[in-house]
Amino acid sequence: MFPTRARLVTGTVLALTAALGLSACGGSKSGESSAAESCVDTSGDTIKLGFLNSTSGAMAISEQTVRDSLGLAAEEINVSGGILGKKIEPVVEDGASDPAVFAEKIEKLLTGDCVAAVFGGWTSASRKAMLPVVEADDGLLFYPVQYEGLEASKNIYYTGATTNQQIIPAMDFLKSKGVKTLFLAGSDYVFPRTANKIIKQYAAELGIEIVGEEYVPLDDDDWTTQVAKIVAAKPDFVFNTINGSSNVGFIKAYYEQGLTAKTTPIISVSIAEEEAPAMGKDVTGQFAAWNYFESVDSPTNAAFIKAFQDKYGADRPTSDPMEAAYTSLYLYKALVEKADSFDVAKINAAADGVSFNAPEGTVTIDGENHHIAKTALIGQINADNQFDVVWSSDAPIEPDPFLKGYDWWDPSKE
Amino acid sequence: MDAFTTPLLAGTATGALLLIAALGLALTFGQMGVINMAHGEFLMAGAYTAYLTQQVVTNADLSILVALPVAFVVAGLLGLLLEVAIISWMYRRPLDTLLVTVGVSLLLQQLAKDVFGAQGDPVRTPGWLEGNVDVFGYHWPYRQMFTILLALLALAGLGALLKYTAYGRRIRATVQNRDLAETMGVSTRAVDRVTFFVGSGLAGIGGVAVALISGTNPNLGTTYIISAFLVVVAGGLGQLRGTVIAAFAVGIVTAFLTDWLSSSMAQVLTFALVVIFLQARPQGLFTVRTRGLA
Repeated sequence: MFPTRARLVTGTVLALTAALGLSACGGSKSGESSAAESCVDTSGDTIKLGFLNSTSGAMAISEQTVRDSLGLAAEEINVSGGILGKKIEPVVEDGASDPAVFAEKIEKLLTGDCVAAVFGGWTSASRKAMLPVVEADDGLLFYPVQYEGLEASKNIYYTGATTNQQIIPAMDFLKSKGVKTLFLAGSDYVFPRTANKIIKQYAAELGIEIVGEEYVPLDDDDWTTQVAKIVAAKPDFVFNTINGSSNVGFIKAYYEQGLTAKTTPIISVSIAEEEAPAMGKDVTGQFAAWNYFESVDSPTNAAFIKAFQDKYGADRPTSDPMEAAYTSLYLYKALVEKADSFDVAKINAAADGVSFNAPEGTVTIDGENHHIAKTALIGQINADNQFDVVWSSDAPIEPDPFLKGYDWWDPSKE
Repeated sequence: MDAFTTPLLAGTATGALLLIAALGLALTFGQMGVINMAHGEFLMAGAYTAYLTQQVVTNADLSILVALPVAFVVAGLLGLLLEVAIISWMYRRPLDTLLVTVGVSLLLQQLAKDVFGAQGDPVRTPGWLEGNVDVFGYHWPYRQMFTILLALLALAGLGALLKYTAYGRRIRATVQNRDLAETMGVSTRAVDRVTFFVGSGLAGIGGVAVALISGTNPNLGTTYIISAFLVVVAGGLGQLRGTVIAAFAVGIVTAFLTDWLSSSMAQVLTFALVVIFLQARPQGLFTVRTRGLA
């Protein structure tokens, strides 16, 4: 059983780390089980926070948008009086799109700069690389991107969606549309592989037949052979877990082979407001599942978009990971203020139920798994490359990273 | 869908693209012993030229045709610059050129990222390339036929240059025996530069074809460079005939393996097959009979 095993491993790592930490320090001062001595300085009128995003390398384009929205949130919080009266002093680092660099930099931020928390990471590989470090140093990491789930660390707050807030609602949407057959197309790495494993088991439950499954390496852009298989399989819908620029080749081959949003619509989980215009084809009519769209109609979102575009330019779109990063800084503020302390153990103790009125709607932290309850949205791309919301979950969905509440899920089964 | 038609036609198109990319590599390696890892970035330059041309020539039907000669010249000049500024200082030191051009490759990628952004830009397919022909159930895209046509034209152009022009004769003389050609009054330096210009220019044309598949992005060259080298090595170093056969062989074999297994597994197996093949025939398909590589 994967979750159990994952927890066992995490538990063992934690225990070992704690043992190492204790033996190295000769026991911690208080009775608390913190593994490392915190060096966070809370005596001044500022508090240091680490912003760790890739500003170089392949992920720079995506992660820079997250960096920008963190910058906006920090500026707003400082103007309105800071956190517990302390102004945020960002310490920025470049993860360079390299998991090893992320691990190295988060160590530096936590133990060298003594930041109170770190905000950043994008790929699952970067998060997996930072996880043991942030646990060993007993720091805090706020991770802003939807991911494949099956993880929970007491030192990480996951402010993007887990699978039951994006993948599963997308499947519910397909069911509501009367979809009978589905084709899976993804990039060949951890997120699409895991997502598709969940999709296949849920599809069996919903009575949707999977008529094909194709993966192409991340850098590979030629999808003609695979799309030919989609043409032959004639599915009602295509579930797209392709990442980044590979989507361009996929969409081009798609239309070239005579498929359209009318004949065979696509639902994607990584095409957002930034990506849609770069497809080289008119993607009007295609679908995407997220928890936030720029088109979300609320005063909070209007204020967020206006503030962002005032600061960074009127041509800049906002997207789901940006909104999640922006929200993560406000959630941190709310956490600290509820705990009345920057101490990790006290923050974790106070975490359950902390909420924030975010641009996407109200989000609430689950104290047990450190994910947040989010509303699932399905958007359909319109002629302006914005998403019209065509489906939404009735209420925010409680996060369930290990899918414990879904009896059809068997992680040991392929 | 015919299980044979799809991989054959799609694989031929991939092979055609690999051929355009590999021709320049084979040419410069055959003649000068230069392992140019920045060759992929000439493809990228061609793709960006296609994108920029579309900004100027807004008629999408026309812009790709305009982009082809422009991309040839842009990538060619870029290659010439690389040759004059860096490579000419280290002829007959293949390993040094390999290392240096890896650096140049990274530099050009970052430059593209800084100038154009990392996201990549869309390149519109012209109207007359939209659509497909139904061949036994496979919707064979016009774009793939166009790529094959481009490869054949590039090959014919290069063949004509080598066979019928004075420069071609000098190139062949230089490849066969650089020192002797030099004594006979051939300026091998000038020949090298023309070769580099032509080889890089061909990559630029390949870049336009790539742009029609995937648009532009700064990492576009790296996707093709390894496969192109595979083709050059498997074909026999410096052998155009071998390069042609190897390009289509690699393209088609990969396409069949992709159809039967998966895309990732196909790449692994294709590489494994070439390694096994090179164990049996270290010289590649055809043996080189020159002293250019000694």
